[in-house]
Amino acid sequence: MKLIKVEHAYKIYKNGTTAVADLSVSIDKGEFVFVIGSTGSGKSTFIKMLYREEKPTNGSVIVGGIDVAKLRNSKVYKLRRKLGVVFQDYKLLPKLTVYENVAFALETLGLPNNEIRPKVLKAIDAVGLKEKTRNLPNQLSGGEQQRVAIARAIVNEPKLLICDEPTGNLDPETSKEIMAILDKINQESETTIIMATHDKELVNKMKKRVLVIEDGVLVSDTKKGSYKVHESIKNPKKKYS
Amino acid sequence: MKALRILRRSIRDSFKSIFRNFSLSMASILCTTITLILVAISLFLSYNVRQITKTLEHELTIVVYLSPETTEKQKIEIENDLKTMENVSEYKIKSKEEWKAEMKKENETLDTTLEYLTENPLLDSIIVTVDEVRNLHETTEKLKKYDFVESAEYGEGMVENILGVFDTISIGTMSIVIALVLVTAFLISNTIKLTILSRKTQIEIKRLVGASNIAIKLPFIFEGFILGIFGSIIPVLLSIYGYTILFNETGGYVFTRIITLVNPFPFVFQVSIILVIIGSIVGMIGSWLSVRKHLKI
Repeated sequence: MKLIKVEHAYKIYKNGTTAVADLSVSIDKGEFVFVIGSTGSGKSTFIKMLYREEKPTNGSVIVGGIDVAKLRNSKVYKLRRKLGVVFQDYKLLPKLTVYENVAFALETLGLPNNEIRPKVLKAIDAVGLKEKTRNLPNQLSGGEQQRVAIARAIVNEPKLLICDEPTGNLDPETSKEIMAILDKINQESETTIIMATHDKELVNKMKKRVLVIEDGVLVSDTKKGSYKVHESIKNPKKKYS
Repeated sequence: MKALRILRRSIRDSFKSIFRNFSLSMASILCTTITLILVAISLFLSYNVRQITKTLEHELTIVVYLSPETTEKQKIEIENDLKTMENVSEYKIKSKEEWKAEMKKENETLDTTLEYLTENPLLDSIIVTVDEVRNLHETTEKLKKYDFVESAEYGEGMVENILGVFDTISIGTMSIVIALVLVTAFLISNTIKLTILSRKTQIEIKRLVGASNIAIKLPFIFEGFILGIFGSIIPVLLSIYGYTILFNETGGYVFTRIITLVNPFPFVFQVSIILVIIGSIVGMIGSWLSVRKHLKI
């Protein structure tokens, strides 16, 4: 069953820069997909289109049955409730404890307190931070902070977890721990995970599906792939009007 | 239920934000307080000017002097006309004898002079009170048209001047009120903008986890509302106590007994309600505008 279907998607910024060009890809429910590419390749724009931080200029991007290209600003929240997002810089609220940071997402959605508590504790347990629920973010290591961010992203049990370079700020050992958590979430709850990364070692080790984006174009899509640099493609951008 | 929970949490968040951004909140409250004090002064001035105008309107009359040859029939004719005449609220016949008695009472020299005169040189008259003082001139002109009317006077020139001054004060104070309301909205909106900047991550996370736009905006709108209410506390107290003390100290009169001040009760409460409404609504609008500007996805 297709969870994401992208067809001939383009993203051209107002200044004329083409970030994504004629990108088509399908991702099934429960898949774990790496999106790799050099800085400025368009992988972040592709990821942002999936959670409608960026709106495609042309083509269609369908996520969980919602056409992102046609989604009005006021209705974006409907898409966001179906997915979780994890960033490189964690984006935690510094004055809230681990528990409060995770609960914040559900409180914002208006869930009753008696429903929030078990869900939050379950998510915190899933990332192995049961002992640190009362800690503030500045009392945690980088890896732990990222785990809080993951707990917040999965607390609403989303079908899709989007990770934008989640290990970018972490050392190799901690990165492995984070990957183990993400892999576990993918296996146990069949959550589809799409992860943009630069980490060659992780990609090679995990043996998951790999999408390679260069200059805004999807240049490779391999099952159980590895980190490759497609130097042979000099100018992959297509001309279009 | 869900909406109620969001509402309750929004109120809680707005209080938290006010105390977390204490210095910003204080700045906003102070600005609101100062502008609302000025609004209160303008309101007191404007209402009192209106009251004085009304009092004067009652005092202003047209004196119609009838010629000595006026017959009884003509007097009945003008009386009947006055009963149906536009802008005439009431009239009173004042005979020359009454005038004479009044003048004798007022001035000793006149008293002696009038004693020497065997015949009363004064004229019978009618004192006309009008509904609308602005049409005083037209009504006077109508009355002058009767053949047996010697003259009709109302204090031309002076009345127009007084009304002009009151009009200017009224327009001036209302313009000040409007300008101050706009300034308050601008100040509150600026403070909220700063708090929004300091809560950028929080808004970003809310958007990411799927909070609707209204759920994101609500805490800020409440914040503006609360800042407005806090900002109106001192102006309300000053209005209630300040005006009551002023009224009691002056005895309720300015310069002469003719110019009376508006009674403080329930006037001060009405002004207080207006101040609270201006403070809270302007606070809400100010924050709504700045959130709208800053939350575009």
